[in-house]
Amino acid sequence: MTTPQSPQPWTLAGRTLTSRLIVGTGKYKDAKETQAALHASGAEIVTVALRRVDLTVKENLLSWIDRDRYTLLPNTAGCYSADDAIRVCRLARELGIAELVKLEVIGDPKTLLPDNEQTLQAARTLLDEGFTVLPYCSDDPIVCRKLEQLGCAAVMPLAAPIGSGLGIQNAHTIQLIVEQAKIPVIVDAGVGTASHATVALELGCDAVLMNTALAEASDPVKMAHAMRLGILAGRLAYEAGRMAPRPYASASSPTSGQIE
Amino acid sequence: MAGRHGAQRGSRHLSLCYAPAVPTIVLNGEPKDVPRPATVAALLGELGLDPREVAVERNREIVPRATYGAVSLTDGDRLEVVTFVGGG
Repeated sequence: MTTPQSPQPWTLAGRTLTSRLIVGTGKYKDAKETQAALHASGAEIVTVALRRVDLTVKENLLSWIDRDRYTLLPNTAGCYSADDAIRVCRLARELGIAELVKLEVIGDPKTLLPDNEQTLQAARTLLDEGFTVLPYCSDDPIVCRKLEQLGCAAVMPLAAPIGSGLGIQNAHTIQLIVEQAKIPVIVDAGVGTASHATVALELGCDAVLMNTALAEASDPVKMAHAMRLGILAGRLAYEAGRMAPRPYASASSPTSGQIE
Repeated sequence: MAGRHGAQRGSRHLSLCYAPAVPTIVLNGEPKDVPRPATVAALLGELGLDPREVAVERNREIVPRATYGAVSLTDGDRLEVVTFVGGG
């Protein structure tokens, strides 16, 4: 049941979602902290990475993550070429968890900025192979348009470099991306605190994806709550239709009837 | 000793020297002797891995799970055994 305080649900690749927060499962202290943060975030989709098995690790993530609650979204983190990203997605599919894939092809190890050219190339092949692709990309309306035209299920422009916590660096281009997109726009990477997430939603983005903002907070569970509320505030503000900004003042109290 | 028997004995000795006792593969970047039988299933069993929690690539080709018991590993095979871990 929706109330004036309930934001509208949204649709991603045919799935109706209530939560507009997608969270990563990396960098937490341990499985217990990960679980608590995911729970507090209210996320319905969580990202995972694909790596060589570590024989020293006792419990596999798949054994403790609640698959009834969360849809797992495998990422291609660490891939620097389209070929590697495609390889990772095929392995994820072999693991039986690849309804959705987060495509990430990196161009530079220091900034982890995306290689948009390799991302487009990988997206083409993955879409041909029947994957549902959510591509991490630059906050560039042209690349977002190309990814949408290829058939990606959403576009995921960055706010700022992965793990930087800097927040949206180019609100103008994010707004242009939102304006032109007919698929969901999910801000992915660079969010650091709740107000960053609020701004993303106020700009009209459909959701935000984050990991470090929670895992590196002093209190990840509290920050997950904050993000959940920040996203709610941003989305409600967007749906409420904010006032038009003005260059000068407009008095809030009557200008007539004042004593002299 | 020269002659037929000597040649046969010599070649048997040579074949025992050059046939590997067990295949050595490269597993996740490290050399590994493979148990007998030299199958993916046996290898995963030796490592204590649940086949449902991993995916396997052999020489850059995915090994379908249904064939883990059938695929015979050979000397020099490069295997990647992967799983999901936390990530953003």
